[in-house]
Amino acid sequence: MSEYIIKNGHVYDPVQGIKGDKADVAIKAGKIVDKVGSGAKVIDAKGKTVMAGAVEIHAHIAGPKVNLGRIYRPEDKLFSCTPTKGMERMGGGASIPTTFKTGYEYAKMGYTTAMEAAMPPMFSRHVHEEIRDTPIIDEGAFPVFGNNWFVMEYLKNHEVENTAAYIAWLLRVTKGYAVKVVNPGGTEAWAWGLNCLSVNDPVPYFDITPAEIVKGLIEANEYLGLPHSMHIHPNNLGNPGCYETTLDTLKLAEGFKAKNKFGREQVMHLTHTQFHSYGGTNWGDFESKAKEVTDYVNKNKNITIDTGNVTLDETTTMTADGPFEHHLTGLNHLKWANVDVELETAAGVVPYIYSPNISVCAIQWAIGLEIPLMMKDPMRCYITTDHPNAGPFTRYPRVIKWLMSKKARDTQINAFKHKDKVLSQTAIGTMDKEISLYELAQMTRAGPAKSLGLAGMCGGLKPGMDADVAVYDFNPEKPVANPDDIEKAFSRCAAVFKSGVQVVQNGEIVSTGHKRTLWVNAKVRDNPQVVRDINEKFLKYYSMTQANYEALGHHFVPNPYALEVDATNV
Amino acid sequence: MDTVTITMKNPPALYLEADNVSPDAFAGKTAAQIAELHVHEGNTTSPLGKYFDVSGSAGATAAETKIIVKGDVKKVKYLGFKMSAGEMVIEGNTDLYVGAWMTGGKLLAKGNVEAFAGTAMKGGELTIEGNAGNYLGAAYRGDWRGMSGGRILVKGNAGSDIGMYMTGGEMVINGNVDVHLCTHAEGGKVIVKGNARSKVGGQMVEGTIYIFGTIETMMPGFKPNGEIELEVDGVKARFAHFIGDMGERHKKKKGQVVYANLYKKI
Repeated sequence: MSEYIIKNGHVYDPVQGIKGDKADVAIKAGKIVDKVGSGAKVIDAKGKTVMAGAVEIHAHIAGPKVNLGRIYRPEDKLFSCTPTKGMERMGGGASIPTTFKTGYEYAKMGYTTAMEAAMPPMFSRHVHEEIRDTPIIDEGAFPVFGNNWFVMEYLKNHEVENTAAYIAWLLRVTKGYAVKVVNPGGTEAWAWGLNCLSVNDPVPYFDITPAEIVKGLIEANEYLGLPHSMHIHPNNLGNPGCYETTLDTLKLAEGFKAKNKFGREQVMHLTHTQFHSYGGTNWGDFESKAKEVTDYVNKNKNITIDTGNVTLDETTTMTADGPFEHHLTGLNHLKWANVDVELETAAGVVPYIYSPNISVCAIQWAIGLEIPLMMKDPMRCYITTDHPNAGPFTRYPRVIKWLMSKKARDTQINAFKHKDKVLSQTAIGTMDKEISLYELAQMTRAGPAKSLGLAGMCGGLKPGMDADVAVYDFNPEKPVANPDDIEKAFSRCAAVFKSGVQVVQNGEIVSTGHKRTLWVNAKVRDNPQVVRDINEKFLKYYSMTQANYEALGHHFVPNPYALEVDATNV
Repeated sequence: MDTVTITMKNPPALYLEADNVSPDAFAGKTAAQIAELHVHEGNTTSPLGKYFDVSGSAGATAAETKIIVKGDVKKVKYLGFKMSAGEMVIEGNTDLYVGAWMTGGKLLAKGNVEAFAGTAMKGGELTIEGNAGNYLGAAYRGDWRGMSGGRILVKGNAGSDIGMYMTGGEMVINGNVDVHLCTHAEGGKVIVKGNARSKVGGQMVEGTIYIFGTIETMMPGFKPNGEIELEVDGVKARFAHFIGDMGERHKKKKGQVVYANLYKKI
């Protein structure tokens, strides 16, 4: 494998504490190294910004609900197709791009790792086929557990060890990465036409509450010592006043401590925090509670969050929070798709237009920016758009512009039709903070990598780590004349390396690299009870056999990378 | 106004996608430059000049440009695509998406046009002297935003699914229409001088339909609401009034429930 040296760039690496110093980054055999031979290919990064490849902690980029969006929204591809060009295959779609376009777009922005945030276990084969067809970036997928019959039956009796054994089995057969929870209990209740809007609402039939599900899954997660923590989309998403449910959910993590060998410190990751930080009692007095939520997270070090920034675009919402999507289609009257996934989960899909002329959308935009600006530790707050729910991931450069430039925020605020409402219902107008490139590297690289338990592998430029490197045509020594220059620079990298292979040059794809699927192989003691329960459920309830359930080997996961966890001696 | 004439000299074997044939794309260009614009036949991209003779030259802006399309263009799609101003005349029959996404200007098709003419049209005037195909002034596949402004006149008949998801603008069809008129419409006005078949105004939330001839089968979701004397497109007559679609959601404006209106000439 070739050797490279990226010379004279301004390096931002929170892993080593490098804050824009001019330094060289050497690459050999897929890894960052101290030095390379004189024959190494030189990449001139003078006047440019060098960071590790970015890490996406939460996006919906592969699997049945993403594809349902693609199928039922042909209009999303209407004017967004890109023809075959050089290394690139044709692509299409704006909010729900094709797999190929997804890989190319992430790589061009300097992302080299991404997590699919909600895998219905029963359709893990579909998820993995799409991951396989998404070039360049390493990907993992989080199976959903928060409405799973096994989990609810075990946790009703607080059977943590059985829950852990079931999680270990499911991660192995679905090649999953982490424990995802979406509207715990509420999605199961949706199958009965109901919902759980607080952490204490009982789940019909199962006689368990969301609080018990969440706490039990934290315990099981730490019992196993998984790389990532329990990753939660709480109850009551998107409703005025939902921040109280969010705080109730966050409080469930109190007293729990992370137990793992990956350097992860949190026991709960709260995702798309923007959607969970709303005050008010209706859409008229709708207001930001970003301060209340971030105050709590700032004080409690065992929690990490991501933002879920609204980008003011036409997009496609999709979530395993089935009842929420039904609620949303009632609000905007646009087409609705709904799927029930047997014993496990559900999903809904609804197009949505975040219009700058609607006050609620503008307030959502402001809340999404308040959260990262109010978070004191950028290592615990990561930039996402909950792609495609709050906006397409291709808008990250624009979100970065808003975070790095008060001028850019003010321009947007002044362009809102209901500017006064945005200023009265949020604190965005009073916030002068502009995040630095170092903080950006924390929020998009070192932070999410640490939260995912990948700190030893990616998110930094320390020798020995994977050679995932992004070079941006952005000179930190020059004042920013126009905030749009920030967006432009972060949209298309000057160069990107993925595992030591140059995949992007001057914003164009030059290689499709060696994409890997990250999954967690957790070993537990033999548990005949759980084996029996699994067999029984397949015989009695599932519409498929166990033999057709597993995402097997080469066809589905051609290039796996397993993170090994041993919980046999717990 | 300057005029550019393009004449088909080499008809395509497959269908030709000519989304560059519009006053906006031609504006400011000489005949030679226009002949260099891209068209697509199947997966092959070629210059316009491979298929058309180009004569004349365009005005400085779209508004100062008139295009005359001559010859056999019945296998050409997207003529007048996204045009915002100026004029265009298509002398023969043509294929899909005539004047689709147009926002202004005047487009005259002297022959018949195929489906999706005036798709998601926002403004301007589209006149079809022959017959129109299906989905005239409708939304694109999957989309919920049909014709929202401008005016369409069809002198002959039109096909099915006319005005699907229409939200504004006006359409006059001198002849007959097929099934599914104004499905899901949420605004706009459609006048049919001839007859309509079934499913007129199905799932319609707002907007107005006038039928001068017969309706083969009425939608059960439309409720009689008396008779009224109206002047429609210069014709004074008595109409039976229906409101609907009762099976759909109903918006409220200023405290009043809004229905779609269907008027049938008595």
